Amino acid sequence: MSLTREQVEKIATLARVELAADVTTEVTENMSRIIDFFDTLNDVDTDGVAPMAHPLDMTQRLRADEVSEHNERDKFQQSSAQTEGGLYLVPKVIE
Amino acid sequence: MHRLSVLELSRGLAAGDFSSVEITRHFLDRIGSSNDLLNAFITVTEERALEQAAAADQRIKQGTAHALTGIPIAHKDILCVDGVRTTCASKMLESFVAPYSATVVEKLDQVGAVMLGKTNMDEFAMGSSNENSCFGPVRNPWDVSRVPGGSSGGSAAAVAARLVPISTGTDTGGSVRQPAALTGTTGIKPTYGRISRYGMIAFASSLDQAGVIGQSAADAALMLETMCGFDTKDSTSSQQPVEALHNELEGDLKGLRIGVPDVFFAEGLSDGVKAQVEAALNVFESQGATLLQVSLPHLHLSVPAYYVVAPAECSSNLSRFDGVRFGHRCDNPKDLDDLYRRSRSEGFGPEVLRRILTGTFVLSAGYYDAYYKKAQRVRRLINADFQQAFEQVDLIMGPTSPTTAFPLGEKTDDPVSMYLNDIYTVGVSLAGLPAASIPCGLSEGLPVGLHIIGDHFCERKVLSAGHQFQQVTDFHTLRPEGEGA
Repeated sequence: MSLTREQVEKIATLARVELAADVTTEVTENMSRIIDFFDTLNDVDTDGVAPMAHPLDMTQRLRADEVSEHNERDKFQQSSAQTEGGLYLVPKVIE
Repeated sequence: MHRLSVLELSRGLAAGDFSSVEITRHFLDRIGSSNDLLNAFITVTEERALEQAAAADQRIKQGTAHALTGIPIAHKDILCVDGVRTTCASKMLESFVAPYSATVVEKLDQVGAVMLGKTNMDEFAMGSSNENSCFGPVRNPWDVSRVPGGSSGGSAAAVAARLVPISTGTDTGGSVRQPAALTGTTGIKPTYGRISRYGMIAFASSLDQAGVIGQSAADAALMLETMCGFDTKDSTSSQQPVEALHNELEGDLKGLRIGVPDVFFAEGLSDGVKAQVEAALNVFESQGATLLQVSLPHLHLSVPAYYVVAPAECSSNLSRFDGVRFGHRCDNPKDLDDLYRRSRSEGFGPEVLRRILTGTFVLSAGYYDAYYKKAQRVRRLINADFQQAFEQVDLIMGPTSPTTAFPLGEKTDDPVSMYLNDIYTVGVSLAGLPAASIPCGLSEGLPVGLHIIGDHFCERKVLSAGHQFQQVTDFHTLRPEGEGA
């Protein structure tokens, strides 16, 4: 199937990315080709086949709820563009 | 000195023929003179390397050395190293200094390996040519007008040009094996879950697996063995006991049953690659192995299935890059949504954005069943094909890549043609199998890789077959000549 410009713009909003107008045209073409290519998956009948999310049959391990890490907030926040008093700063959300 | 294998360097260090500081300086000098051309390293950590080398020399003197103590290595720039810039070849992480080390990095630090630096790669490991790096493409030492493969292209080029004797890589859909094939090096990715993913920047979590690119199966076995093992910090780390690999590769090929799928030799395979791979299979046969035809009836669907599953997981994993906690942040955001959207668009390159968008699409309401679930069902069929084949054979072999290294720029305009380059590798990744690529000759002066695939947790069988082949052939000792060498 081919995608419309509006569909690509909606996907970009869902993915929280900004596409310039000229980029959207190219992305729409490329994605349509990719999605077309995905349609070859319909060549095979998969009725009754369980989806496989993971290559090994393993169950999620559990562990005791004990503290295993220490607080390294200051170190981790050095990677952030803007922090203050241990908080991450973003543009005002609530007026 | 750079002509020596890791095992030879290790023996030389033990015998006192040279020190780790000496060989570390030697390889740093080689990086210094060749990296401008090849662009294999993003970051060179000279000071850290010389400190590690001096400590290694002490340890060797004290008699507490491991076989890798004092051996120069490189890490793909997807692995976090505490205090060292870790970029994933993305503008998003251009100035990110990792606050902790990956388990793999810690394990290799503990045995005393010496990290020379961080290697170039496709951005966030998404690519098959190493052209998607924000630091520019890596060039193939065999022909600098050609790609080294990807995404671990920097690691492969660095080993091929002997800027480092061995390197880590990571493989989501072929990112260790395909660049190994295109650069004449030996690459292995183990079974999914063998090596901890902790500290390895995530692309597609049900597929990502670290591996090794080196000069021979014997060298790769030594480093791989050191990297494997259960880790509580990785929720999908396997608890299967790790087999000894190093020094355990001897044996013979008599009676080995090798499956040869006809689909690996179908349309799209270049004549030159086909001839070398068939000749390699004849070598195995002449050593007493039996070749059996096996059928993988759904393998032709592995590329579309992979390019649904991997971008879906990518779109989810990369949602963490929000411009707030780490990574690139846009200037003067007008509100929070603008901050997210512009930071992400400015920080990610075109292929990463394409995969985020494709992944978001296949997971979106109305398309989830038709694409994502469908691909997951096909994934089960592909896995079942391999499991059925392994009831009849010990290993499966074929080409790693349909062509030799292609010219830079040849496939950058056509994503589907670039994706089809992964035809032999992505099915193995979807099934989580261990697989290696070993050099099996040249076609028009460019290396060809033989793909050796094993059943789950059979790394030793894969490496042992590669090692036996390398005992009776010398393709792995061929080196590039000319300006890239």
